[in-house]
Amino acid sequence: MLYLQLFISFFTIGLFGFGGGYAMLSMIQNEVVVKHAWIDVTTFTDIVAISQMTPGPIGINSATYCGYSAALNAGYGHGMAVLGSITATLALILPSFIIMLIFCKLYTRLSDNRYMTSSFTVLRPVVVGLIASAALLLMNSENFSTPDDTYRFGVSIALFGCALIASLRKVHPILLIVIAAIAGIVIF
Amino acid sequence: MLWQLFTSFLKIGAFTIGGGYAMIPLIQDEVVTRRGWIEESEFLDMIAIAQSAPGVIAINTSIFVGYKLRGLPGAIVASLGSALPSFVIILVIASCFTQFKDNSIVARAFMGIRPTVVALIVAPVWRMGKTAGINWKTLWIPIVTALLIWRCGVSPILCVAVALLVGVIIEKIKKQD
Repeated sequence: MLYLQLFISFFTIGLFGFGGGYAMLSMIQNEVVVKHAWIDVTTFTDIVAISQMTPGPIGINSATYCGYSAALNAGYGHGMAVLGSITATLALILPSFIIMLIFCKLYTRLSDNRYMTSSFTVLRPVVVGLIASAALLLMNSENFSTPDDTYRFGVSIALFGCALIASLRKVHPILLIVIAAIAGIVIF
Repeated sequence: MLWQLFTSFLKIGAFTIGGGYAMIPLIQDEVVTRRGWIEESEFLDMIAIAQSAPGVIAINTSIFVGYKLRGLPGAIVASLGSALPSFVIILVIASCFTQFKDNSIVARAFMGIRPTVVALIVAPVWRMGKTAGINWKTLWIPIVTALLIWRCGVSPILCVAVALLVGVIIEKIKKQD
């Protein structure tokens, strides 16, 4: 049953996953953390970090990791967890096949289709909202601690602020994660 | 040819760190410059389509290139090639991470990493907001979307579906006028 649900969740994400990896993260988070509670929010944040640091698209990386963790958390062994990651990853890729083969044939007609252009105009600002929601959902006490723990909370906010400024100035994300890891080890 | 297609995309998948967008110049270098499988202008059209279609952009591009060269088998081989390295690397990390997670050094490192990761998701909101051409008139759209998902638990998938539908309805109304 878990595998069928994994398949349905990631297939739908692949089908509606407009706007690249970060927009897809908000969908994965909603399915995996909020709707099905397969993974808790801290583990999900760690998965996002690891997905950014390892080679390949963030969508594939996080789907593989989430499929694995979901099966493991449901009490299955490592072998069945691998099956979970295969299910999630293939389900995410499958809609791309169907859609790209259709797009391949129809592109010249689709690119100046008025309904298509109109839909994309509405979609773009919505995708920005999607990514914002993913960030807002991760701004919680699990990731930042609470003001009661003044020291950890203050350090978390400072790290967040520095990383945001550095990222907007186009510092490479992997470099930022490595610096944050070292800072964490030294400070905490 | 299928084998070459597979190894080319395997190499691209294994050596690009930093997500799908980082993979595109590598695919271009391999497919257009080195192998001469596809012409530059056609490749740029492919990227435009791969970006506007749903799904992982690098996978969409692989499917497109594979299909162009060898039909459906080509599409399967190319996309599996580019996904396989990610898949294997993540599986290795996932199976080890459960053992290291409680290690004091790893735990402290991740206490520093987590707020940073959140910042790395906030940054593209700003960047994409600019490229999406959001102005004072349309600013409410991302705000309302984010609040619906964050506070009311609305599914992001539903938001995308509604956005597509609203676009069609707007155009229909325009047509009637």
